[in-house]
Amino acid sequence: MAKLDSKIPSGPLADKWRKHKTEIKLVNPANKRKYEIIVVGAGLAGASAAATLAELGYKVKSFVFHDSPRRAHSIAAQGGINAAKNYQNDGDSVYRLFYDTIKGGDYRAREANVHRLAEVSVNIIDQCVAQGVPFAREYGGLLANRSFGGAQVSRTFYARGQTGQQLLLGAYSALSRMVGQGAVELFTNEEMTDLVVVNGQAKGIITRNLVTGELRRWAADAVILATGGYGNVFNLSTYARGSNVTAIWRAYKRGACFGNPCYTQIHPTCIPVTGDYQSKLTLMSESLRNDGRIWVPKRKEDCRKDPASIAEEDRDYYLERMYPSFGNLAPRDIASRAAKRVCDEGRGIGETGLGVYLDFSDAINRLGEPAVRERYGNLFDIYHEITNENAYKTPMRIYPAVHYTMGGLWVDYNLMSNVPGLFVLGEANFSDHGANRLGASALMQGLADGYFVVPYTIGDYLAGQKPGSRPSPDAPEFKEAEANVRAMTQRLLSAKGTQPVSHFHKRLGQIMWNYCGMARTKEGLQKALQELPKLREEFWASVKVPGSADTLNQALENAGRVADFIELGELMCLDALTREESCGGHFREEYQYPDGECKRDDEKFGHVAAWEFQGVGQPPLRNVEPLNYEFVKMSVRNYK
Amino acid sequence: MVAEASNKTISVTLRVWRQAGPNQPGRFVDYTAKDLNTNMSFLELLDVINDDITRGGGEPIAFAHDCREGICGTCSLVIDGKPHGPHRGVASCQTYVRSFEDGAVITVEPFRARPFPVVKDLVTDRAAFDKIQQSGGYISVRTGAAPDANAIAVPKEDAELAMDAAACIGCGACVAACKNASAMLFVAAKVSHLGLVPQGQPERDKRVLAMVNTADALGFGSCTNQYECSAACPKLISHDFIARLNRDYIGATFRTAFTPASANTGGGA
Repeated sequence: MAKLDSKIPSGPLADKWRKHKTEIKLVNPANKRKYEIIVVGAGLAGASAAATLAELGYKVKSFVFHDSPRRAHSIAAQGGINAAKNYQNDGDSVYRLFYDTIKGGDYRAREANVHRLAEVSVNIIDQCVAQGVPFAREYGGLLANRSFGGAQVSRTFYARGQTGQQLLLGAYSALSRMVGQGAVELFTNEEMTDLVVVNGQAKGIITRNLVTGELRRWAADAVILATGGYGNVFNLSTYARGSNVTAIWRAYKRGACFGNPCYTQIHPTCIPVTGDYQSKLTLMSESLRNDGRIWVPKRKEDCRKDPASIAEEDRDYYLERMYPSFGNLAPRDIASRAAKRVCDEGRGIGETGLGVYLDFSDAINRLGEPAVRERYGNLFDIYHEITNENAYKTPMRIYPAVHYTMGGLWVDYNLMSNVPGLFVLGEANFSDHGANRLGASALMQGLADGYFVVPYTIGDYLAGQKPGSRPSPDAPEFKEAEANVRAMTQRLLSAKGTQPVSHFHKRLGQIMWNYCGMARTKEGLQKALQELPKLREEFWASVKVPGSADTLNQALENAGRVADFIELGELMCLDALTREESCGGHFREEYQYPDGECKRDDEKFGHVAAWEFQGVGQPPLRNVEPLNYEFVKMSVRNYK
Repeated sequence: MVAEASNKTISVTLRVWRQAGPNQPGRFVDYTAKDLNTNMSFLELLDVINDDITRGGGEPIAFAHDCREGICGTCSLVIDGKPHGPHRGVASCQTYVRSFEDGAVITVEPFRARPFPVVKDLVTDRAAFDKIQQSGGYISVRTGAAPDANAIAVPKEDAELAMDAAACIGCGACVAACKNASAMLFVAAKVSHLGLVPQGQPERDKRVLAMVNTADALGFGSCTNQYECSAACPKLISHDFIARLNRDYIGATFRTAFTPASANTGGGA
């Protein structure tokens, strides 16, 4: 069994981080340049970490599978970034941001980590403004804020609907500065394909150059993975097509524990699927629910009719009916599950029957079209671009979609996994969001980890490593890892099948969505756990990967990623099956209150499940890190 | 309206540029796709064709893509001679099959510009843009050294204009659209974004000189004011920023030539 020591510092909650910073070991400036750090991924977490570590004097190598660090999917985040600045004078504080995040996560995150996140949130905004991030401003020139779900204060900073883009470009500019100065060596089109563990410590990686196909070995004193989330296990999601689990999955297979893999967030307002060719789901901002009313026809036979022809009394405004106090602004997980329920009843609309109406006609009658246009014009434009429908005239069609994974590799308070020397940041780790993430908190966590946490905590590990002690990339562990990757590539290319990779990805997505999606049951998860091993075997028997290994081969890249997703799917279902409670994004039909709220079981499941790999097809070990709530009382989450 | 739009299917022929590698000859190859739902995106059309090619034993078409929602800047197709296709203000991934007639023959090529060599088929190497950024597209601020975010007020108008420029997604359509393969709109967007906020002032001259000179050295051409760049820009970034860039560049050239610089710059703590 892996040893899981969370290393949470003792003492009062508000003093833990400050105290920890003064107690952890330091590396002196002259020694920093003797350490090499590998950073995989250059989204918010990876780029901010690489830039900051280089500024401190470490030798940094940054690896991205994209053709440029600026392509990382952090760029697509729309809404904003939370920070406890209290610039609005509305009673915000570090404690309130901490509390909202803990409660939003349904009491399944670590108190100490979340408090630290809230503390450094204020530094993030300072840093980003200094970099020139063009946040929205008031007429007096000071920073503007907007409100977001799960909070009663206005603490979200934003740059139009492109906050993620602007924050990423800020981190990218900091990284570019360090690359320009020679302090960071940047490797683009270079995908991590294995982790190298020497004497139980992470000491390097194997990469495949996606343009030349060359496999390369890289040794370092520490390895940082900041490679994002794994929602593409569902095939259809709001993730970029390239987002994948491969880096953290291969680290898992080298001994890093995977924390809470089943915690997935499903966003209620996305543009629905239109056909089996579909590759991508696009988010429509949740803010639309402020003025839009959600409904489906009361009768199945009306579902294919023109919505305008359905009389008012034949419409079911189901959120308003089921949740009269919150109505259309019910929390994300509730709204998503309700949409699924009415569609399962056969009352879904649109071509596939998987959609509900988001109707603005009342708002247009009440406020006039110009006012609606002013509030939501850009969103109506995006909707029109994708669907060719005019949402001022006919209701929008929406449906929930996967858009974030709270689970990830297990890390301690220092963001180090159970494999010493392996650090995991941002969405790739499991640490700060518990079972559900609040809006505008993903950007905050990515930048907190990269700018303000790992630059301190990595020193504590490195101070214990003798300078110059890193192994040679010719060590047997490196050769073995490279041979492992080469063998997998060969196995994929020599599979004698007929089906393209997409065929298996779609089937995987269907299994995951049906059985491990918005609502899960024991029977369904057991069924998935029968189907997934069969899919895995079928994949290897009948996949067709054209082309060769020594060139740009997108089918080959994809095949390796989908092979990992199929294995991950099994782990997610096993985690979901074992967690016999409902919490946040993990909803088991068997465990709910009469009103449909999650029924947690703090006694049996008030812990983190950290899974340990035992071999493909072998049941993994389930390690447990108890969540000891010292400062907040675990209670029933209630937003009514 | 819903039913009418989505039940329609069409068939099209794609005339696609195929090129095995950077120094290999390329040629157009035709692929016909039938019974396409017109709500399909253009990249999904390529997915469908690629799956057909794979099942038939061929090698699929390489094309660059990632977010498929118009923000990452990865997709980079020239569709019927236009970077990012027929519509203004969208990226290739936001182009839909409904924009084409039944039976259409659609030409699909990579971005063509000397500083963006073809890697394979429709994929080009745009690392030159990263090099321009690395030469000066930043504000030098160490992590942790920043003052309080509200310590400096930024006029709303300036912040909004900076945001207009900062919306650039770094796709390179401006270069592909320009007969001179000029990167002026790209450089202008970054220089204007940082030059419009107070934090960007200390390095303003240095930045504009470094970025323009680096772009020149990388083989991007000069601007001759045809404005094809802003017409092709998926974020509709205005060519007015190029005028701003030119002002900054000329000013910086004079200031650095005639202002005495401290001999001690760069030394010390």
